[in-house]
Amino acid sequence: MVTYIIRRLVGALVMLAVVSMVTFSIFFVVPRLAGVTATDFANRYVGRAATQETVVEVTKKLGLDDPVVVQYGRWVKGIFVGAEFDYGAGVEHCPAPCFGYSFVTKKPVWPELLDRLPVTLSLAAGASVIWLLAGVSVGVLSALKRGSVFDRGAMMIALSGVSLPPFFTGLIALSLFSYGLRITAPGGAYVPLTENPVEWAYSLILPWLTLAFLNAAAYARLTRAGMLETMGEDYIRTARAKGLRESKVIAKHGLRAALTPIVTIFGLDVGILLGGAILTENVFSLPGLGKYATGAISTQDLPKIMGFTMLAAFFIVMANLVVDLLYAVVDPRVRLS
Amino acid sequence: MKKRTLAVAASGAALALALSACGGGDTTSEPSGSAAAPASSGAAGPAGFNAGLDNVTNPSDKKGGVLKMAVTEDWDSVDPGDTYYGMSWNLLRIYGRPLVTYNPAPGAKGRELVPDLAESLGVASDGSKTWTYKLRAGLKYEDGTAITSKDVKYAVLRQLDKTTYVNGPTYFNDWLDLPKDFVSVYKTPDVNTDSAIETPDDQTVVFHLNKPYAGFDNFAALPATVPIPQAKDTGIKYRDHVLASGPYKFDKVEPGKQYTLIRNDQWDQATDPIRKALPDSYEITLGVQGDDLDNRIISGDLHIDVAGSGVQPAAIASVQQDPELNARADNPVTARTWYISLNPDVAPFDNIECRKAVLFAADRVSLQTAYGGQLAGEIATSLLPAGIGGWAKIDTYPTDTGDEAKAKAALTACGQPNGFEATMTFRADRPKEQAAAESLQQSLAKVGIKLTLKGFPTSEYFPAYAGKPSYMKENKIGLATNGWGADWNDGFGFLSQIIDSRTIREAGNYNLGVKDPAVDALVDQAFAELDTAKRDALWGQADAKVMEGAYVLPAVYAKGLLLRGKGVTNQFITGAFDMYDYLALGVE
Amino acid sequence: MTEHFLDVKNLQIHFPTDDGLVRSVDGLSFQLERGKTLGIVGESGSGKSVTSLGILGLHKGGRAKISGEIWLDGEELVSAGAEHVRKLRGKKMAMIFQDPLSAMHPYYTVGDQIIEAYRIHHKVAKKVARKHAVDLLGRVGIPQPDKRVDSYPHEFSGGMRQRAMIAMALSCDPTLLIADEPTTALDVTVQAQILDLMRDLQRDFDAALIIITHDLGVVAELADDILVMYGGKAIEYGTAEDIFERPEHPYTWGLLGSMPRLDREPTERLLPIKGSPPSLINVPAGCAFHPRCVFEGRTGGKANTEVPELAETEGGHLVRCHLPREERRAIWANEIKPNLESA
Repeated sequence: MVTYIIRRLVGALVMLAVVSMVTFSIFFVVPRLAGVTATDFANRYVGRAATQETVVEVTKKLGLDDPVVVQYGRWVKGIFVGAEFDYGAGVEHCPAPCFGYSFVTKKPVWPELLDRLPVTLSLAAGASVIWLLAGVSVGVLSALKRGSVFDRGAMMIALSGVSLPPFFTGLIALSLFSYGLRITAPGGAYVPLTENPVEWAYSLILPWLTLAFLNAAAYARLTRAGMLETMGEDYIRTARAKGLRESKVIAKHGLRAALTPIVTIFGLDVGILLGGAILTENVFSLPGLGKYATGAISTQDLPKIMGFTMLAAFFIVMANLVVDLLYAVVDPRVRLS
Repeated sequence: MKKRTLAVAASGAALALALSACGGGDTTSEPSGSAAAPASSGAAGPAGFNAGLDNVTNPSDKKGGVLKMAVTEDWDSVDPGDTYYGMSWNLLRIYGRPLVTYNPAPGAKGRELVPDLAESLGVASDGSKTWTYKLRAGLKYEDGTAITSKDVKYAVLRQLDKTTYVNGPTYFNDWLDLPKDFVSVYKTPDVNTDSAIETPDDQTVVFHLNKPYAGFDNFAALPATVPIPQAKDTGIKYRDHVLASGPYKFDKVEPGKQYTLIRNDQWDQATDPIRKALPDSYEITLGVQGDDLDNRIISGDLHIDVAGSGVQPAAIASVQQDPELNARADNPVTARTWYISLNPDVAPFDNIECRKAVLFAADRVSLQTAYGGQLAGEIATSLLPAGIGGWAKIDTYPTDTGDEAKAKAALTACGQPNGFEATMTFRADRPKEQAAAESLQQSLAKVGIKLTLKGFPTSEYFPAYAGKPSYMKENKIGLATNGWGADWNDGFGFLSQIIDSRTIREAGNYNLGVKDPAVDALVDQAFAELDTAKRDALWGQADAKVMEGAYVLPAVYAKGLLLRGKGVTNQFITGAFDMYDYLALGVE
Repeated sequence: MTEHFLDVKNLQIHFPTDDGLVRSVDGLSFQLERGKTLGIVGESGSGKSVTSLGILGLHKGGRAKISGEIWLDGEELVSAGAEHVRKLRGKKMAMIFQDPLSAMHPYYTVGDQIIEAYRIHHKVAKKVARKHAVDLLGRVGIPQPDKRVDSYPHEFSGGMRQRAMIAMALSCDPTLLIADEPTTALDVTVQAQILDLMRDLQRDFDAALIIITHDLGVVAELADDILVMYGGKAIEYGTAEDIFERPEHPYTWGLLGSMPRLDREPTERLLPIKGSPPSLINVPAGCAFHPRCVFEGRTGGKANTEVPELAETEGGHLVRCHLPREERRAIWANEIKPNLESA
């Protein structure tokens, strides 16, 4: 077990290294191949008024004229030993892990990521609990009342939930509940949990529901399918033959087995979500990682993009590991080696 | 150079930072509206529509309250030495005082310059090469220390370091008579810079230019003159702790998230005749989704969209349909022109007749529709927008659906009676520019000019493609969508960077086609002319000369559709920025 | 009222489907006493498993339409409430399913599943139930039961799993035990062990045992009575001796002929039954077996028009066949039996 975890962690590190190289390449190598020069890159990060000399100097300052391998090496080095940054009036040391300074805002990336993480965590935590509970219970009920009005209605809503993107449902929800009925917080009203838990929840309830709706729908469908399958299993018949109450048959024998794939997907979904719920955060103007990423991409701010990508990849890789470990706990037939 | 403004791209998912305006930065997008305008637009609609254009709406002297502002994305910087956004120049005056600023008044009156940190406007000498300002007495920073002329000098010199402060304009770099060995305040701190700026005493600052410029007060109004004491300068990190000289100081600085400003108790109303400083505090939320931002202004949860470039398409529709909202809307013409550059480097556009053929054949109404209709812009007849001094209507070319006969005649004169083939670029991620390119493709096809359209991403458009003469020439691209907004609203601020052939650089240009010695000569005359009226007239002549040479096809003068906030007092559009003035605002 | 321990009278279990009514069990009657064993034999789809689930009341609340009577120890179960029957399930009547790998929950240990079965009907501490489970496992012949009690089903061999399944069924000392194909998934030697075990246990528990199988061989040594089912109906019902020594139905002959025996290659079938089991929706007119019956021609044309009665042939031996009794006996004595024996 311990060796397994160690092996997986090493694998995760390799994966992160690969992700970082690919991201770097997408950003640098691909445009270079298309004929974009180092000064063209620098042109993105200078003011409109920049003279050619300025552009050249900025190119040097950002190290954009170095070979990509050197730039990548510098970036990696920053993570492990930190980096130096000339902020004009002096030089600042950016301690490890230093994911570099934004080309645009000149802020070190790592503290900004940490600053945005709680927002995304809050969003992910609330939404995932809601969608898991709602999705699974609707799915179970639908499976048990298969073909009923409830089942058909729920699956219809689930289908729409799966098909409607959050920027649509989110905007509708905002205009309906925040601006129409005025019962929920408007967008951009995020309050940290540590500041005021009640307002925290109030400010997040609509984003939670929006995000949860999207996923709950998928989970309802999954749970329904899983339950229909498990409830037809022989061991369910055995449980009934023992004289077990139907409610216990469903909960202890049916749901337990049907939940296994749900747990797997849930783990991965949460992992992905921790990297930022890009659409939801943008619709509700939540200053989380997803919003950070959109800003970074729109300004082509490489250090930010790299930092965000690494963090998101880290969450996904870790979620995979956790899910695999969890899977062994949930299903005794799975043994890790 | 040009000032940027913010707007959010139209599509629901595209939440990218979008700088409206022409010159725009890496992720620019067109201003405001896209929906078709009602027939009555521009005319006096229901009571209240456009009331903010020429009047102070809801006037009040009541102090107190929180003014709530928001913007779709953070702007470049709150450091006065490192910012090039119109909204930022407008807003920063609540915490920073330049030597001179724009009169907080509605409409054209807002373009008038008034002394701010200085007692009076600049005093010119040495044939407008030397400009002297005297600071008011009793000026203090938020920490209680006195503001001196040395701080103004330091602030101006500091931001000349464009590798550190990449964002701001370069007017001082270009015009100050700097010693040759001066590099930056950081790298060459010991070089004597008195040849550029002198501070004979703590109240006096004297600027020495390398060539005469009669409109230097416009430079003195740049945020670069907001004082910064050398002791407090932390380079690029200064933006985290900008030392207030205005009535408000930063309380919270969370870039990308929010800024809050509270009263600066060291600011003295007696030293400041132009600021009322009504609200107790400002709350500025950053990164608010565009549609949500509009909704919050409509509902009253928010007072002001800092970007000031207009509402999203969804809200435009609401404004058109809802009389109550309509009464809260203003639709100013802004100092921004959308146009199409014709590139004489590429045959057959080296022949003026072929360029004229394009101008005659273009369907201007269709172009206007492409750029968002009547609420979003008026059909342009030249580069210079109507609000700017020196503007005169030029009707050399049709402003309706085009004139095929004249276009064909021009083609014949050009030696291409059957038309020709050409390539046009546009910003692929901007639906309006794509629509404009397609509109032109259709109308030119009628006279036999076949356009091939080629889109490029906004972020690379000026650095690598349409703004790079070598690329355009090599790839034989004769036409490019373009846009430009003024740094300040006079001929110099608007025209100097887009018609003066000597400003064309290796890349990042907004002008490719205007390379005319006659135009350059007029620009030089205008620089030197001390009399404002005469100077304006010269800029007007230059504008006409450009049209005579048929170097550009003007499309529209942009208009913004702005909403006045609920419970906001003293709200009006200032002619200086074509958005609401942020100095006069108060809360009911 | 009835004097039999288990008395099934005219049991009908029908399932309405989109394609029509499926008559899985269509008028079935039989009796069983404690300490006795009944073998229900038939191909898949003959209704034998549906019958067993019907007795346990597992069709209640579903789509099935059930009529007739099931008397167990003086209680009628068809009309009894679902909750009441549930309480009898596992306690008074228990079931051993085929293929214990799928019949046991993969996520719970064998012990947990036995403990659960016990504690449904006995309010005892978990420790007590666990002790009971260990005892049971020991009793069904699982070595080191105190250790194996914590194993998961997939960690057991097939035979061990079946033993565990039996232990689970026995956990509440049931008086009626139904074993549905208890040995199908097992290899031949293990089959014998399991059957021995069941016989021993039945004796110890004095339970009534129903063994459901498609294989007459399984019940040959165990059953006192044998019921042969075809198309949801009994086609022959009698003592084991009746069925093995004096079978009168052509289908039974076929089953006897296809009985795997240790002295034969398992693939060898002497009297193969041609064709496939009938559809339960469109049951063939007349005798349900006639399309597959070799002797159909000797029924005087009644085979496909009249449904034969289940009639007594001799001393409680019941047969559902149009062939005249003498003819059947003659065929058995002259054509079938010599064939089977010579093989």
